[in-house]
Amino acid sequence: MNAAPLPPDDIAHPPFKTPPPIFNARCLACWLMASVLVLIVASFISLDLKWAQVFSLESMRRMGRFVGELLAPATDTKFLVRLVVASAETLAMSALGTVLAAIFGLLLALPASRTHADDRALARQPTRLVLNALRSVPELVWAALLLISAGLGPFAGTVALAVHTTGVLGRLFAEAIENALPGPAFALRVQGVAKGRVFLYATLPQIVPQLLSYTLYRWENNIRAAAVLGVVGAGGLGQMLAFHLGLFQMSETSSILIAMILLVTMVDFGSYLLRRALMG
Amino acid sequence: MAVATLAPPSRDPAWARRVFWASVAVVLLAPMLVATEFEPWVLVEPHNLKVTLRFLDSFIVPKVEPEFLGMVVREAWRTVAIATAGVTLALALAIPLTLASTAALSVSALSGRMHALPFLLRQAVRGLLIVLRSVPELVWALVFVRVVGLGPTAGVLAIALTYSGMLGKVYGEILESGETHATTTLLRNGSGRLQAFLYGLLPTNAPELTSYTVYRWECAIRSSAVLGFVGAGGLGQQMDVSMKMFAGAEVSTMLLAFMLLVWLADLVSSTLREALG
Repeated sequence: MNAAPLPPDDIAHPPFKTPPPIFNARCLACWLMASVLVLIVASFISLDLKWAQVFSLESMRRMGRFVGELLAPATDTKFLVRLVVASAETLAMSALGTVLAAIFGLLLALPASRTHADDRALARQPTRLVLNALRSVPELVWAALLLISAGLGPFAGTVALAVHTTGVLGRLFAEAIENALPGPAFALRVQGVAKGRVFLYATLPQIVPQLLSYTLYRWENNIRAAAVLGVVGAGGLGQMLAFHLGLFQMSETSSILIAMILLVTMVDFGSYLLRRALMG
Repeated sequence: MAVATLAPPSRDPAWARRVFWASVAVVLLAPMLVATEFEPWVLVEPHNLKVTLRFLDSFIVPKVEPEFLGMVVREAWRTVAIATAGVTLALALAIPLTLASTAALSVSALSGRMHALPFLLRQAVRGLLIVLRSVPELVWALVFVRVVGLGPTAGVLAIALTYSGMLGKVYGEILESGETHATTTLLRNGSGRLQAFLYGLLPTNAPELTSYTVYRWECAIRSSAVLGFVGAGGLGQQMDVSMKMFAGAEVSTMLLAFMLLVWLADLVSSTLREALG
């Protein structure tokens, strides 16, 4: 019986090895680190950053005053009423934008998914291209674009959120449809059930929890986006923030920031509760 | 033998529940439609329609004059540079805060519970991280534009502050969720916290930490383009200017450039993260 020769790694006492050289032209990590360093240095050099101005006495004093005023939020009743109205507007923008996006996302996810092997799914690539385009333009840019046709106000913000989120959700929904177990849909299809009904009775019931979970997750994202969308004039807390910050009214700004953070925390918590209730 | 067949239900068995939830949805949605001034018909009002169509008409054909394209490339680079510089500064802030806040480097926690003072200190640092990341970068940018004036400085500072909060939090989570055996062994045998970090925690978690940093850099590129809209430099600022002048062709070119940039960043980031495993 002849034993196979041991591979070198399994020898009990491997021969002493010298440490690798610090620089080796084949060392990918070295090249990577070098290019990262070059990128960082080039960034700082090309950006004419005004550090002198940031750390000047003048701006320090200004920051100090800002912080001091930020610590004393405005609390007069009239302002608080406006703040509550703007918060409600932001909440409505985010919720409605998400609902619209879920509806249109599902409608676009249907042509964007291949449900079975014989499905030719001719519209799959073009629809995915559209979804990618919708998704790759940020909400704020959509809002700025929509201001041209919808005018100032929360409507433009809502549509902007809906358009961007449609791209995100459509893509996620299409993946969910394609990943659903094919058995039930196959059982209906071989009986000659039409496509729409196969989706409604076999695929949809399987993926509803996943769709809801994605939608709630996007709602959490959208409340954050909705809060700042207003700075380009698309309504809600952001518009108020841009207005008061523009006038250097820092105590009002502070109240608005607190309202934003509270709103985001509330939505996160609400979404968590809903998710737990729905998913069991 | 006859097969017992069930008569198909004459109506949807879940009918009452469906009607109930549908009416709840209507009751909830109706006030929202009012609050958001949801009036899609304003889009097709003759005046608005004319403006939209004129904008779309010029939007269809992107502007490709060499001089303009040169400006777009320069601004796109500035967008990348703002993101890179911002993330670098964010790292400079996040790494010390992570070291101060991670419970994996606690010496007193080696023997049971952490002492009160280090516990409070760690919670305070975590609180600071929460404050840093809970203010959106757009708001930081608005503040810094007021302090240091228009330009990339405000964008870099805004990204640095928000991202240090995010990085610090996630770094802490990565360090605490990983294998800490080597680290605790080092600490038990009398090595310093920094040594335990460099020789225990860092080598085990380096791929995950790097991968998350690269992902955040990609996000920073996206957000630095948006920060331009409040005057923090880069592609966004030029886009804002062109939109205000209704120059559809310029907006169209810059949107394409932005998509290309985001796509490239996504490609670089996913390649790097895949290589890291």
